[in-house]
Amino acid sequence: MLFTIQVNNKKIKAEKGETILSALNRNGIIIPTLCRMKEFTPTGACRMCVVEVEGHDRLVTACSQPVEEWMKIKTHSPRVIQARKTIVELLLSNHPDDCLYCDRNLKCELQRLSEELNIRERRIRGRKIKPRLDQSSPAIVRELSKCILCGRCIRVCEEVVTATSLDFINKGKETHVGAAMDRDFNFSSCVHCGQCVLVCPTGALHEKHNITEVQEYLHKPDIIKVIQYSPLVTVGIAEELGMRYNKEFDRILNAVFRKIGFDKVFTTGTGTDICITEIARQLSEKIEDGSDSSLYISACPAWVKYVEQFIPSLIPRLSTVKSAQQITGVLAKTLVAGQLGVKPEEIFSVSATPCIAMKFEARRDGMMRKGISDVDSVLTVRELARLIRLHGIDMTNIEHEPADEPMDGRSSLAVLAEVSGGLAEGVLRSFHYLKLKREADKLLFKKLRSGSSFREVIVPVGDIEVKVAVVDGLTGLEKLKASVASGKKYDLVEVMTCPDGCVHGAGLPFTTSKDEIKSRSKLVYLADDTEAINLPCKSPALINLYEKQLKGNSEIADMKIFYTHFEKRNVLL
Amino acid sequence: MSIDLDIILKKYKQGKREDLIPLLQEIQDVVGYLTEEAIVKVGSFLGLSTTKIYGLATFYSRFRFIPSGKVQISICNGTSCYLKGSQEIINKIKEETGVSPGQTTRDGNFSYEIVSCMGGCCNGPVINVDGEYITQVRVEQLPEMIKRLKYVIEND
Repeated sequence: MLFTIQVNNKKIKAEKGETILSALNRNGIIIPTLCRMKEFTPTGACRMCVVEVEGHDRLVTACSQPVEEWMKIKTHSPRVIQARKTIVELLLSNHPDDCLYCDRNLKCELQRLSEELNIRERRIRGRKIKPRLDQSSPAIVRELSKCILCGRCIRVCEEVVTATSLDFINKGKETHVGAAMDRDFNFSSCVHCGQCVLVCPTGALHEKHNITEVQEYLHKPDIIKVIQYSPLVTVGIAEELGMRYNKEFDRILNAVFRKIGFDKVFTTGTGTDICITEIARQLSEKIEDGSDSSLYISACPAWVKYVEQFIPSLIPRLSTVKSAQQITGVLAKTLVAGQLGVKPEEIFSVSATPCIAMKFEARRDGMMRKGISDVDSVLTVRELARLIRLHGIDMTNIEHEPADEPMDGRSSLAVLAEVSGGLAEGVLRSFHYLKLKREADKLLFKKLRSGSSFREVIVPVGDIEVKVAVVDGLTGLEKLKASVASGKKYDLVEVMTCPDGCVHGAGLPFTTSKDEIKSRSKLVYLADDTEAINLPCKSPALINLYEKQLKGNSEIADMKIFYTHFEKRNVLL
Repeated sequence: MSIDLDIILKKYKQGKREDLIPLLQEIQDVVGYLTEEAIVKVGSFLGLSTTKIYGLATFYSRFRFIPSGKVQISICNGTSCYLKGSQEIINKIKEETGVSPGQTTRDGNFSYEIVSCMGGCCNGPVINVDGEYITQVRVEQLPEMIKRLKYVIEND
């Protein structure tokens, strides 16, 4: 039901049941918010969104107050602006003044608010928060002195990721955000997905930087510098550098990496193709054995850690195939090292990904051989953009170059794996082709592509029926559990920790807007619809690897390097 | 200690989250403080994350995470006691014991905490030593008191 309310002496339409904020935003009136996150129930904690409502003595929070017919609202009256300004001034009173050195400089919401509200002096002085830097996690750094206690990370971790590894500790002026028993982050149940980093308004949570070590190695003369980048990195870089994405971006990035000083440039997509092929093989073996246990895809490192600590009984069901990054990394350190005639330790292997958890995965036990890690350094898209700017490279004016053999090509399924449901679809399409020697109808997978956090579909492959489930964000696990408890059996289950898949990864440019994430997904589906090589087994790079390179190298011919193991983890749950 | 925990947990219903605070209180009464082991056990018993339990328990100043001293002193710092000079009492006790509020001395003898009001406003400053109230405390009597308590602990 629509009705009219008065805002700033003008009439606007509002809908019954919506909040003041939503009515204002729909009518083009912007008011600042801080603790609010779309799709979450409002808390009204930060009081940044206060407005004046005639008849109310006090200012009301627009994010939580339902709109009513009689309301006369003032959104930018002197009283309101003064209140907002005081809130930011109070937040700044104990904030460290180190914007110049801060990870979130120019991308900080607190900085933006103080700019918008024209705060030009430190009017209120409070005692500074004792600096506490927690670098114990391989992926996420916490800087408690920069925390403004908005509570967004706590809510995301509990309501979206369901790991619940953060909460407010103590009270009053002693309050801070911390993990269980206020221990360092590496003891906690954090799965390193980094969703908290994406929602943090300040620099209190950010990824662990690897850019300095990459730079250091770039200048070592007797080291071979190798980089791999996942297909989504191109989209992310275009966003971060404010460029228009086009299909040639892969080839532009190849040239950029060589200019920065990398000797070899590989696409992680080749690794994804291997990953898909190997999982399809495992699925095929499982079905031939007549086993009715499910095969859980283990490509998402955050999901793997989640299983290892919360559901260890599921470890034997996890597919032992490594993730795309690790497959590409191990090939660089074995196959490529062999081709170049160097030792694995003489290769410095970097990976650029849209994921923060990959930083953690590269440090896992099974991802090293003889103490040498397969991937030495992992850069997020944001770090990579920094590296590109640092080297002063003009991306608009650069020759297009191909990637390096043997990991130089990929199928469109490697791109599809970046959205939730994409990897399961890829495995099934490969499996379909493996069995029937013809392509599957894409319409079969329509139900897997989007919808609720738990999706299932039965795919007929000849006379076999393959039952697939996709868990899109860990909140879908409850539905999967309920479904399994009711007696349903699945052959293949894909779980992605970040809702919508890697397109919502925490290493991508900061955004929480659903539309922007959707437009990333659209690019992924577009690639799958338009690219000619739509199956891993049709990709020349993969054929070359399987038919020639692997067979020609006795050390890796058994393909054991593509497999890993998982173990139960003891953390504070 | 874990036997104690199991006995306590048996009295409660598994997964009944609203029992959290009474359960923690009972554990503290029996064990003296909330151990990490206890928090983890309560977490899996009630289906709550340890982070949440720790977050809640630290909100309430009455929950402790380290053992209390053999003698536990509470010092009132409510408005009346404050006006009567409770800050000096706090400073003196800090000086005598050498630890901050909430901490326990290295020999395990003393711990003290600051509380808001003990309801003895007309007799301030008020302190409480192991359940026994002492009113109109003067700074000069504190060193003697601590000495006496130490003697009692060591010869008990």
